[in-house]
Amino acid sequence: MAKQCPLPDMQPEDVKGAAYREYIQTFFDGTSRKILCTEIETPFPEGKLIVSRTDPEGIITHANQSFVYMSGWTEQELIGAPHYILRHPDMPILGFKGLWDTLAEGKKWHGYVKNLRKDGGYYWVYATVVANIRDGKLVGYTSVRRKPSRKQVLAHADVYAKLRAEE
Amino acid sequence: MSFNLTVSPDFTPDHIAGWFIFNTWLQKAIGEGIHLELYNSFEAQRKDIDADKIDMIYANPYDASMLVREKGFLPVATPAGERDEAVIAVSAGSAYETIEDLKEGLRIATTDDPDVHVMGMIMIEPADLNKGNVEISYAPSYVIVAKHVIQGKADAGFFLKEAYDDLSGVIRKQLRELISSQIYVIRHMLLVGPRLQHKLDAIKQALHNMQQDPKGPGVLQALGFEGWEDVSQEDTEFMIDLMETLVD
Ligand SMILES: Cc1cc2nc3c(=O)[nH]c(=O)nc-3n(C[C@H](O)[C@H](O)[C@H](O)COP(=O)(O)O)c2cc1C
Repeated sequence: MAKQCPLPDMQPEDVKGAAYREYIQTFFDGTSRKILCTEIETPFPEGKLIVSRTDPEGIITHANQSFVYMSGWTEQELIGAPHYILRHPDMPILGFKGLWDTLAEGKKWHGYVKNLRKDGGYYWVYATVVANIRDGKLVGYTSVRRKPSRKQVLAHADVYAKLRAEE
Repeated sequence: MSFNLTVSPDFTPDHIAGWFIFNTWLQKAIGEGIHLELYNSFEAQRKDIDADKIDMIYANPYDASMLVREKGFLPVATPAGERDEAVIAVSAGSAYETIEDLKEGLRIATTDDPDVHVMGMIMIEPADLNKGNVEISYAPSYVIVAKHVIQGKADAGFFLKEAYDDLSGVIRKQLRELISSQIYVIRHMLLVGPRLQHKLDAIKQALHNMQQDPKGPGVLQALGFEGWEDVSQEDTEFMIDLMETLVD
């Protein structure tokens, strides 16, 4: 039997708002999950940073208050979950390939990301990911997201839609 | 052998005497001779850090990265409950209501305080502003930043939140806060350099027990701190990783 996705399929009752799009999203580990997403955007909290940390495999080990709030999940649900818990179907595969390739080269990654909330809504961020090196060893990654400009969000939504159409 | 203690040049001028009092107290507590060297600018201080003249520093979070990761400094403690946050303010009568109203060519008054400047620059990004399309002028203090904004020499000013809150009522009334950061993680830290690390545990112990020391509370009051809070190596590394995502 195929490996089970650690995250449950989304159900209509999880979703805020009546209209939604439905996807089967497959992740790097080969597992899949049903995703329902809406056009409801949650604004970035003013003056704050959204912070999370993962282990080297991308499993969440820390999430700050803003992260928890914006994701719609509880802290308990987030810790130990794979970071693709936020993966939005509108994000192109290439975006995350760039992230992991850049980190593998030992470099800092920056990018605009549309994230999925537990309730099917979304929020845009400008993210920076750095490796956490302790005593010369990679122990995980830290991602810090800040508020993106509307102009950049619109430009990236456009580029991502084109990339998605080619996938 | 005598060791050198220094303090991030962004400390409030009211607390200069406090640092001398603290140094006298600390020397007695750990039985080492320590000389306190204060600098007027981050630039002058950095020269002496580069020349390995500093053994203990109350460091700006921006400098902590270099001190810990390149110079082998170790964290001792951080002032209890204090965090570095930034405020962007405009003059009270300004037409700017939100960050998104800010326009290219914005004239910003700031100080050479590096962490506040970094936080300020991040908070104007949602208006598509960056160092390439704004005009930045450096003022020697937050009071001067405030004056430049009030006099119309600058459209917006970057402030350390604590310094903004400490401005006199008369000045504050002529300013309006556009945004205030709530990052919670960025803070000043007392760090010890390689030559003084044989005393690291003694210093930690002394600061940890400072409230119980007969002279401790008076010294803390002179510094303007409620107390010292222990800080672990991992807390420090976490803050440094976070700072790293904020600088280019
Ligand atoms: C520190 C860190 C933070 C991440 N943050 C996000 C995020 O906010 N949103 C997201 O969709 N993926 C994020 N990712 C990438 C995911 O791990 C994952 O690669 C992505 O969601 C795409 O899923 P896939 O790799 O299974 O195709 C992050 C990865 C790391 C290491």
